[in-house]
Amino acid sequence: MAAFIVRRLALTLPVVWIVVTLVFSLIHLVPGDPVAQMLGEGAAVTQVEAMRHDLGLDQPLLTQYRTYMAGLLRGNMGQSFRNQEPVTTAIKRRYPATIELALAAALFSVLIAIPFGVVSAIRRGRAADQIIGFVSLLGVSLPNFALGPMMILLFSITFGLLPVSGRGDFSHLVLPSVTMGAALAAITTRMVRGSMLEEIRQDYVRTARAKGLNERIVILRHAFRNGLIPVITILGLQMGALLAGAIITELIFSWPGLGSLTFQAISARDYPLAQGCFLVIALSYILINLVTDILYSLVDPRIRYD
Amino acid sequence: MTDFFRRNKLAALGFGMIVVLLVAALLGPWLAPYDVAAQRLEDRLTGPTWHHPFGTDDLGRDILSRILLGARVSMRVGATVVLLSGIFGVLVGGLAAYVGGRLDAFVTAVVINSLMAFPGTLLAIALVAFLGPGLDKLIFALTIIGWVGYARLARGQVLKVKTFEFVEAARALGASRLRVFFHHVIPSIIQPVLVQASIGMAGAILAEASLSFLGLGITPPAPSWGAMLNDARNHLFDAPHMVIFPSMALVITVLSFNLLGDALRDWLDPKTKT
Repeated sequence: MAAFIVRRLALTLPVVWIVVTLVFSLIHLVPGDPVAQMLGEGAAVTQVEAMRHDLGLDQPLLTQYRTYMAGLLRGNMGQSFRNQEPVTTAIKRRYPATIELALAAALFSVLIAIPFGVVSAIRRGRAADQIIGFVSLLGVSLPNFALGPMMILLFSITFGLLPVSGRGDFSHLVLPSVTMGAALAAITTRMVRGSMLEEIRQDYVRTARAKGLNERIVILRHAFRNGLIPVITILGLQMGALLAGAIITELIFSWPGLGSLTFQAISARDYPLAQGCFLVIALSYILINLVTDILYSLVDPRIRYD
Repeated sequence: MTDFFRRNKLAALGFGMIVVLLVAALLGPWLAPYDVAAQRLEDRLTGPTWHHPFGTDDLGRDILSRILLGARVSMRVGATVVLLSGIFGVLVGGLAAYVGGRLDAFVTAVVINSLMAFPGTLLAIALVAFLGPGLDKLIFALTIIGWVGYARLARGQVLKVKTFEFVEAARALGASRLRVFFHHVIPSIIQPVLVQASIGMAGAILAEASLSFLGLGITPPAPSWGAMLNDARNHLFDAPHMVIFPSMALVITVLSFNLLGDALRDWLDPKTKT
């Protein structure tokens, strides 16, 4: 087990390095002068020069890269120039809200996906399966920026049941987490269905049935436990995509998390802050994948010996 | 093909919708009842009427016309992205697998894996946020995140196909490696690539709308469904039709491509055939 974790970590390090390098180079993609873009038209030359110096953009590229890497290792992601505070501080303040939202969304999607996926597999080809199949395809096709406003229209404006936006008690969490988790619920339902169908065909399931076990026990105790294994991977992979989707969901519901911070940074052309946000989201994604792989190898020991 | 549609009613529905959308996209400027950029402030935020079946937006522009012209933008971006990333991905992934050795190791381990390490949408948002908005930059960013999927698919398929006897036979007849690759290997992997392309259209259209929703895609006043939904955000209380109609257009389009792609995949996959 330890050897597997070490090997998996060793595979992750180059990926982290590539992601960090990619994020570092983002500011050099800006057409023209990024400093002039940030300060806008009418900025004094001295101001532009001062900022260029502050950001280290007057240094040779390699020096900039070295400084950036060294800073990161000490947890320094530079200074947000709109808020005049360290990027790390801003991100630390916003991060918990995003984690809360992402976990709620993931929980919602699992609660939907498992029962519907299992039912769909058991009733393969029948009406229930076809309806669930169509609705989950609809879920994949419904972007969060269409679903979110429509749910606000229905549940907040028409029925007045839930708050329109902001973060607070549980009722504030409902609409954003459903919006964020709907697509994941749809994907996971399809995954659970496919995985259960694979298991139901296996010999051990036939054996369990032949022993005369109750069908419910065959499905829930035997097939379901194994069928859930590949679902963990998909859930892990999709959690990362969920974090990227946070930018839109948080914008719609004015949720004070990392996603809305990213949007503010992009809109304000606060490049250092935007770089920090992208880096933290990407690193979270890599971390989630790493943890998923390790969890996967715990529940399915075959993976370790591949 | 008719057999396929007879058995898959939903796929036939999806295909029919795609044809309608293509017609709307091609004939949009002639079908649209109003000029998409014409502002009539006295008519702003009116709900559906005979004159404006989908209502008007906050600048008094006709929403039906903007949705029709928005279909043009969506289809154009979707088709361009799928074509570019499909060709590039199949060539890179296919050649890597066909040549094998170090080239394959480099393409798979370094290029594909590191691009997969970044969530696609996030990378597209990051690229366009720094490159600036615009159609060409949008297409560039979506192609950068899109081609990897085709490369992985093509790599897997070519690894399988290159061991088949017909490939060996072509080589034995004296065909050059490149000729075998383009005339024998590529045509035999085209089916799964087409399935991926159908689902990829849905993905590209959604991604374009997402970026335009964030103000990072199509620049106004050109109509994009994503940008229309962003405008609608401030008028949820007084003009719900601004949300409903562009959302429906987007969902129907994406769903149609997904229905078709899904059914094609099941049809071509011997495992799911019953």
